[in-house]
Amino acid sequence: MIIRNGNVVFKDSVEKKDILVSGGKILRIADCLPANGDPEIDATGKHVFPGFIDMHVHLRDPGYEHKEDIESGAKAAVKGGFTQICCMPNTNPIMDNKVVVSYVKHKAQEVNLCKIHPIGAITKGEKGEQLAEIGEMKAAGAVAISDDGVSVRNSRLMYLAMEYASGFDIKCLCHCEDKELVDGGVVNEGLSSTIAGLKGIPRAAEDIMIARDIALAESLDVPVHICHVSTHSGVRLIRDAKKAGVKVTAETCPHYFAATDELVRTFDTNTKVNPPIREEMDKQAILDGLVDGTLDCIVTDHAPHHINDKNVEYNLAAFGISGIETSFGFAITYLYKSGVLSLCEIADKMSANPAKILGLQGGEIKEGAVADLTIADLDEKWTVDPAKFVSKGKNNPFGGYVLDGVVKYTIVDGEIKYQA
Amino acid sequence: MLQKKDLVGLIDVTKAELTELLDVAAEMKVHLKAGEKNLSYLKGKTATILFYENSTRTRTSFELAAKYLGATVINIAAGSSSVAKGETLVDTGKTLDAQLNDFLIMRHPMGGAPYLLGKTVKASVLNAGDGMNEHPTQGLLDMLTMRETFGTLQGLKVAILGDIKHSRVAKSNLFGLKTMGADVYMYAPETLIPKGIDKLGAKLCKSKEEAIDNADVVMGLRIQLERQQAGNFPSLDEYAHFYGVTAKDLKRAKPNAIVMHPGPVNRGVELTGKVIDHDQSRIEEQVFSGIAVRMAALKLLNDYRNAKGVTNV
Repeated sequence: MIIRNGNVVFKDSVEKKDILVSGGKILRIADCLPANGDPEIDATGKHVFPGFIDMHVHLRDPGYEHKEDIESGAKAAVKGGFTQICCMPNTNPIMDNKVVVSYVKHKAQEVNLCKIHPIGAITKGEKGEQLAEIGEMKAAGAVAISDDGVSVRNSRLMYLAMEYASGFDIKCLCHCEDKELVDGGVVNEGLSSTIAGLKGIPRAAEDIMIARDIALAESLDVPVHICHVSTHSGVRLIRDAKKAGVKVTAETCPHYFAATDELVRTFDTNTKVNPPIREEMDKQAILDGLVDGTLDCIVTDHAPHHINDKNVEYNLAAFGISGIETSFGFAITYLYKSGVLSLCEIADKMSANPAKILGLQGGEIKEGAVADLTIADLDEKWTVDPAKFVSKGKNNPFGGYVLDGVVKYTIVDGEIKYQA
Repeated sequence: MLQKKDLVGLIDVTKAELTELLDVAAEMKVHLKAGEKNLSYLKGKTATILFYENSTRTRTSFELAAKYLGATVINIAAGSSSVAKGETLVDTGKTLDAQLNDFLIMRHPMGGAPYLLGKTVKASVLNAGDGMNEHPTQGLLDMLTMRETFGTLQGLKVAILGDIKHSRVAKSNLFGLKTMGADVYMYAPETLIPKGIDKLGAKLCKSKEEAIDNADVVMGLRIQLERQQAGNFPSLDEYAHFYGVTAKDLKRAKPNAIVMHPGPVNRGVELTGKVIDHDQSRIEEQVFSGIAVRMAALKLLNDYRNAKGVTNV
């Protein structure tokens, strides 16, 4: 396959090049490749990115297939421009053993769209009581461990988990939330929670656990990754830790860099997400954190839900946003077009850094690299319509938003897996 | 004219709409005082009262208001209905709509529930209190009681003391009173002041004295015992000492100031017995105003339905 005349997003530059793909690899990159009889993609006026990697996705399979399954989730992922995704273990049964890890890997191969990497649980049943079989899960294909959805409450156990996992060269991805402080809160605590009369969640509930997990990692001198950062103070904790040499990396999501909690005043349950969407000062700090490298990755925390989980009272609604099909558009609109990040930096946050953090192939366009590529038109506008999502989860509060950036091709191991 | 299908909160009710609600409520009081409890504004209409939380005062007030206007009234205790069998609010709403209800009067422990119901049904929804969000008819009855005493709401100093954070009454009063030009002063333990309430126009006080000094209205709010158990303050005694209103405190208010409380009162906690039974207390008048404003709200929503041709048929 030859991808012709696209604006190729390299590590440090964007250049108009042709790309020859063969045997699942990027064979050559040059100014003007001769036709060789292979099929060609005319990428004139479009951009070619290293295939995007979403290291924080909920596929709901096994157990909650009415919300999403591996096939529908993978279809949504490639539509969103993702060539690799990592799925969280809060399935039913919980992915806390090699059997469930193998099931996910096997089904992902059958579906054969994007690469799907399971994330095993830290503790059995995500109960925070006993370590899951981390070594066995890694051997079966898990790329990281997380009790996403909850924090491991017991600091001693979390310390041991990080220590034990480091022996298998596998990282803890930390969902940071002090449950006692959350105390049943459903939105950010602030003016908007007061106006809506909904119970607020203070920033400290997230920050305390970020600080704790940084302290554990520093004490052990092992790497740690902080999930879905939403607070300005959390950004500062991570920035300071990085400066001090702690091996901490961190991610955020489009709803934290593009929205504020004023959205909840309409009681739209699709705005209910954990951690909650915060205030303007947090949004600004998240943007600053993306710019200065405090925040390494953009993930979606894609959390599809059935309509029945959302068409209820705000307090009763499930937490989560179905966001894998809108992430790229948000990044282009709110980060690139608004002048916050360059295209190279977006490629870092959505491809190179996740690959580096989890030790995955991909993340960079260069000769010899795996041919995972995303081709997009950055100037084409589109209107978000959750009803048209290919994901089973239509729970997205950004219906009607006009975004820049449409994914045209998603290429995995040199094969076109999605074409607009 | 009230331009709404539902009355879910005072946050978006305009000054003209509030004035009309209070004016019609005042007319209703005239009818009631003349013994006219068989009005026909809602003849042929059905109102269902759906309470997901216990209440005596508000429930009976709505029931009487609808009956005095000639409506057929049904009462559903959520605990004994299909709600207890796990039916969702949306499904309950669709069922009540299919039964041709014109008005659904709901109390619910969760903020925003009346918005969800209002979006679902063709009937008009009246919020009888939703979680920590709003209790619009309580706000209206308080405002009616104040207006009757002082002739206007413009420029009044209203001091609200107590659990502001969990109080839908305080919120509805704040929204309505600010719209009408009154000044709202609030005083509570720091743990019971919701974040950002000052940005909504409330003046936060540092002492009971600052709140009550020169006030026209002194309003206590009910404190739930579980707030103490949850650690918001150390004891009811300490609460009463710092945040309860005594007859001595009341002397700081204007000479003609009135005392209000949404009830039921914990005697000796929010207000001392002396204050409750004081001749400046309007607590019983508030109850009477409650019937009148609920009649006004039902009538005006019905007028809107008639004008816009909104029906369930």
